[in-house]
Amino acid sequence: MADKTFEVSRLPGFATTAVLVFVALYLPICTLVFYSFNAGSTLSVWQGFSWRWYIDAWENDQVQAAALRSLQIAISASFIATVVATMAALATTRRKAFRGQTAIYAFINQPLMVPEIVTAVALMILFGVIKAYTGYQGLWYLILAHSAFCVPFAYLPIRARLEGMDLSLESAAADLYANPWQTFRFVTLPLLAPGIAAGAMLAFVISLDDVVITEFVKSAGQDTLPTYMLGQLRRTLTPEVNAISTGLLVLTVLLLIGFSLINRKKN
Amino acid sequence: MAATPGAAITGQSEAERLLEARSTRNAWALSAPALILLFCAAAGPLLIVLVYSFLTKGPTGGVVWEFSTEAWLGVLYTRDIFNDGNLVLADAHLTIFWRSVKISLLTTLITFAVGFPTAWFIATRPPKARAFWLFLITIPFWTNLLIRTFAITEIIRNEGLLNKALIGIGLISAPIRLMNTDTAVLIGMAYVYLPLMVLPLFAAIDRFDMRLLEAGYDLYASRLQVLRHVVLPIVKPGIIAGSILVFIPSLGAYVTPRVLGGGKNMMIGNFIELQFGQGRNWPLGAALSMALLLVVMLAMILYVRTATKGGKSHG
Repeated sequence: MADKTFEVSRLPGFATTAVLVFVALYLPICTLVFYSFNAGSTLSVWQGFSWRWYIDAWENDQVQAAALRSLQIAISASFIATVVATMAALATTRRKAFRGQTAIYAFINQPLMVPEIVTAVALMILFGVIKAYTGYQGLWYLILAHSAFCVPFAYLPIRARLEGMDLSLESAAADLYANPWQTFRFVTLPLLAPGIAAGAMLAFVISLDDVVITEFVKSAGQDTLPTYMLGQLRRTLTPEVNAISTGLLVLTVLLLIGFSLINRKKN
Repeated sequence: MAATPGAAITGQSEAERLLEARSTRNAWALSAPALILLFCAAAGPLLIVLVYSFLTKGPTGGVVWEFSTEAWLGVLYTRDIFNDGNLVLADAHLTIFWRSVKISLLTTLITFAVGFPTAWFIATRPPKARAFWLFLITIPFWTNLLIRTFAITEIIRNEGLLNKALIGIGLISAPIRLMNTDTAVLIGMAYVYLPLMVLPLFAAIDRFDMRLLEAGYDLYASRLQVLRHVVLPIVKPGIIAGSILVFIPSLGAYVTPRVLGGGKNMMIGNFIELQFGQGRNWPLGAALSMALLLVVMLAMILYVRTATKGGKSHG
């Protein structure tokens, strides 16, 4: 039966196209990773294997500062986004629909709908005014901006987890004289933890990868890794950029594997 | 349970209403931090852009607080300096809009043409293999857009892999110049946004009942007929979702056209940035941003309408 369905669902040329698509999808990424190990200083002539560009990137002060800044922003923003998204998810799931619920839902997903360049311009204007008035030039503008656009990415997995949760456990806790806080702390939160972890991870990846909003909001000397790379792309490139890209790539893939492991446990 | 439901409801209504009001208040209180954050750093600032689009441009960037519709006129028109400042259509702007729409539509078409077979392929694998192929699509989806754009640059530039391979097999003798052309931007956009097309298509095909194909073939339909009259209508919501997910970010793209298109092949996103940078015309930049937002919102509304209609007709 399974075999027969398999036969029927085959369409000529589809498998070939799909395989070509996967090759096209990964060939550029593999080339990029490959040349990061180039001993020579060009992106096109292979001159033997070396860790040279990784060492160069690691010892480059600008790269170090940008990497630390990226991590600082991503950790702060994903933390803030996850906390507020968890609260909002608890408020908007597993209950009778109330007036304004759709509005809350739309508002939370708003960063997914507005083109990034428009938000970037808007934040640049607003933060520019605030910078001029207060004189504060610090990292909090970036952290706030990142927190905001990370909220929907943190919210969606948490909400999905909540919707799949068994209500009876919480009723049982309440029957055993747990107060609402105890019920939340000892029943809901542990059950919700995988969703929260997944949401935090997605938020972290999204913050780490952001280019456009960061490029417009950052003050002078506040490059993150992606904006540093964007600046480098204007110059003559060395495989150092490949090395940085590969580093970011590896981090993203590790986080994604973590994310899918969490999700698999859930199922 | 069905006994005298009316009495039960009226009996509990007062207490229930109070409880419900309290729980609604709690829900708003719990959502408040998220809403405030989003208002301050995402939705609220859009209002400032709207205000700026109706102000007069400052001499060296910024704005002068004087009401003006000049910026909105400037989206499509320009003042003819040789003819008493009469309004004439701004060809340069129209070229950029047209390029943005053209590239976005073509990106949507290309990603659909190659994304549909890919999604079909993934959905028809056995479950274990399916998870693996799906993961392969998800990795680029979550990978930095800039890195992926940079990766495609290394393939298509003059000394890149593509030209080397074509010269190597003797198909061409001199490298094809692709960088800084519309074609480069199109290739890059299709590459970058492909996962956004494949994932919703996969979700739709995954729900598709393959027995319908069998029914089609039993009724002597050809493969093409089955595809056109059975598969496509049923997976239509996925097609619409994928198209909208690709079209909208394409229209507002900034990084990919900047890296692959160079200074000349601007799209709306780069044009907006230009107004806040060298252009020193903040109100025009603001008006362009609002116009882009408006188009995107219209596309979303159209999508929601079609999607809900589609949902209804399929039960």
